[in-house]
Amino acid sequence: MRSILAAVSVLALAAACSPTEPAKPAALAPSATAYADLQKLLIEARPGDTIEIGEGRFDFTDGLSLTVDGVTIKGAGQDKTFISFKGQTGAGEGLLITSDNVTVTGFTMEDPKGDGIKSKGADNITYKDLKVIWTGGPLTTNGAYGVYPVESKNVLIDGVTVSGASDAGIYVGQSDNIIVRNSRAEYNVAGIEIENSTNADVHDNVATHNAGGILVFDLPDLPKIGGHSTRIFNNQVVANDTPNFAPPGNIVANVPTGAGVMLMANQNVHVFNNTFDKNQTTHVLIYGYSFEFKDARYNPLPRDFVIRDNTYGEGGNNPQGRLAPLAPALGGSLPAIVWDGVTTYNGKTEEVRIVIREKPEVGFINLGLGVTPIDLTKANPSTTRLPDFEIAEPPAIVLPQDKPAAAKEGT
Amino acid sequence: MDFSRNCLDVLNSLLGAGACRDRRGSVGLPFGRLALAGMAFVLAACSGPGGVRDAVILADDPAPRLSDYGLFSDVSAREPAQGVLPYDLVNALFSDHAAKHRAVYVPKGMAAAYQETGVMDFPVGSVLIKTFAFAPDMREPAKDERYVETRLLIHKADGWVAYPYVWNAEGTEAVYSPVGDKQVIKTISPDGEALTINYSAPNRNQCKECHSLGDDFVPIGPTARNLNHVGPQGVAQLADWEARGILTGLPAVAAAAHSIRSDAPIEDRARAWLDINCAHCHRAGGGASNSGLFLAWNETNPTGWGVHKRPTAAGRGSGDNLFVIEPGHPDESILLHRIESVEPGVAMPELGRSLIDPVGIALVRDWIASMPPVEP
Repeated sequence: MRSILAAVSVLALAAACSPTEPAKPAALAPSATAYADLQKLLIEARPGDTIEIGEGRFDFTDGLSLTVDGVTIKGAGQDKTFISFKGQTGAGEGLLITSDNVTVTGFTMEDPKGDGIKSKGADNITYKDLKVIWTGGPLTTNGAYGVYPVESKNVLIDGVTVSGASDAGIYVGQSDNIIVRNSRAEYNVAGIEIENSTNADVHDNVATHNAGGILVFDLPDLPKIGGHSTRIFNNQVVANDTPNFAPPGNIVANVPTGAGVMLMANQNVHVFNNTFDKNQTTHVLIYGYSFEFKDARYNPLPRDFVIRDNTYGEGGNNPQGRLAPLAPALGGSLPAIVWDGVTTYNGKTEEVRIVIREKPEVGFINLGLGVTPIDLTKANPSTTRLPDFEIAEPPAIVLPQDKPAAAKEGT
Repeated sequence: MDFSRNCLDVLNSLLGAGACRDRRGSVGLPFGRLALAGMAFVLAACSGPGGVRDAVILADDPAPRLSDYGLFSDVSAREPAQGVLPYDLVNALFSDHAAKHRAVYVPKGMAAAYQETGVMDFPVGSVLIKTFAFAPDMREPAKDERYVETRLLIHKADGWVAYPYVWNAEGTEAVYSPVGDKQVIKTISPDGEALTINYSAPNRNQCKECHSLGDDFVPIGPTARNLNHVGPQGVAQLADWEARGILTGLPAVAAAAHSIRSDAPIEDRARAWLDINCAHCHRAGGGASNSGLFLAWNETNPTGWGVHKRPTAAGRGSGDNLFVIEPGHPDESILLHRIESVEPGVAMPELGRSLIDPVGIALVRDWIASMPPVEP
């Protein structure tokens, strides 16, 4: 008896003397109040905090948001933590992040009514090992973007899967210094899209069963225009064959079903060491912006592109979209690489350097359309490749949140 | 005997400090010397018209109850305390037909500086108070009106913050609610339509979605243009603010917004509606800056406000339309489609309403219909 009492008092003393550091809060568990509990944690988070979402299924009816810098939102794993927005009645996205130095990781988000995870003006953002999926498959009524960083500097998307987005699965817009890698985009209208952005590396991803696999666009009438310096390499761009299901009006509604990589406007884009197969319109489509515009800052032409050292399987055998009417005159199919041949806009003609450095048997066509907005009756196709130029490749992207641990600690 | 005078004497003896009256007659006290709890105790002991508590306003953390601020002299917040001045706006954001009661507090001896565009430059310690309320029948909004939430925008030393307070059912206390609130409200609309409203009080982050400008948190409503009319005091509001000493720099002729209910030209009224309902996000630095769709009254580029502008990230919000505004064709315009929707992911604004605003829809429809169609 005495020894028990002694032990108890020792324990009590130990407890009293233990450092005042608060116990690590348990991961959030599914409950009737889980939404309010989680949103409260997000509101009251301090920089450096990790907010853990536990295993199980969370059914939320409103969007979540984070405005505190330096927070990690961490689930128990993509196959353990599921956050469903099937019954969402408010907000335009599942999770909105507007603060810097944030990491989101380790969960699957299902069926957001609008966008999945949006980060706006959020520098040094990391999306890692998570999924955003629309469980009903590719439907026009699905939300637009799966992961959606915009107006941000230093964006890392690593190990992310998006399925079913009615615009782009993985979309990076109006941002600078970007890596999208080790990710999977399937059954979206656009698999991965880099838009009005600068300095991006898109590598070691799989883009399959989208309407278009990987897109690099530059559009007028946005605050940031003049996209440039993107490298697309070591990707598997295969069997992009889901009929385009984008709601009309959206720019991606113009992506022909079965475009592997589609490059529109933009400058200094390098596509190399990718594997292309079974993309029914064509593997690489190079395009000018083909609508009227008034934005005096904007150049609608693709300039300084290099397409080299890719592997091409079958494709181009069933062209879709705006160019499809040209196919019969070309024998019913399109070659591996298609350029619209536009060099003139608003009365100005530019030398457009499109370098094709591929084996001789890799097909190429210059449609010779000349002027944007295009008129298909003006097509003047040619299979002659353009002259080769040395176009310096942009350096590899380095992100502050992506340094090896050793380097981070300075050891 | 003047109760407040008596109370002041008690406080003076307790504090051993001189209290003073400012030029507006409200009581000022050196609260900075006191711990909050002690102060609350002293004031509670007085139980009279204690007045606004500047120390509570400027504290690091939100007070747990709305009444802690002393902004009102009754528990139901119908009677503003000394120095708290009701005001209203020429045009207001549509919030599911809620009535809104606004008031401003500027610390004694200070004044807001007039701004030609943008919100008045309120000094640190200022509070903008907005209470959302419903009556059983909004055709008679004052009858049996019930307060739902009161939002405080407080100008702290390091910037503005938003604190939402949700009222209890009895209307006797509003409690700080950082995670917001949802409730079902049944009422009859100003047009006589029976409504069941899924009303959302925003959480603190949602406050920021509308109130952000770049990295700053800013008020939206009290701009010169939107204050410049005869307010609830029955006099010209800006001149009244100047006469009360809470506004300086008022020019002889201040800008005024077109009331959406006036007989101003349709373009002016429609753009005034878009300005107060949309432009807090749809402007450079706002929450929707990346869209390039800028809906403030002073946007000069027609493409900027949507004429033949293609959507950026609308998704199914496009409603299968090609342009934000197709001149002459309201039903082919994404802008109208999105304000006519109540569906998340389509509806605009994204926050603050679960119903459509028939007034705004009529204005935007008529405005787009009045535009000459673009030649094919």
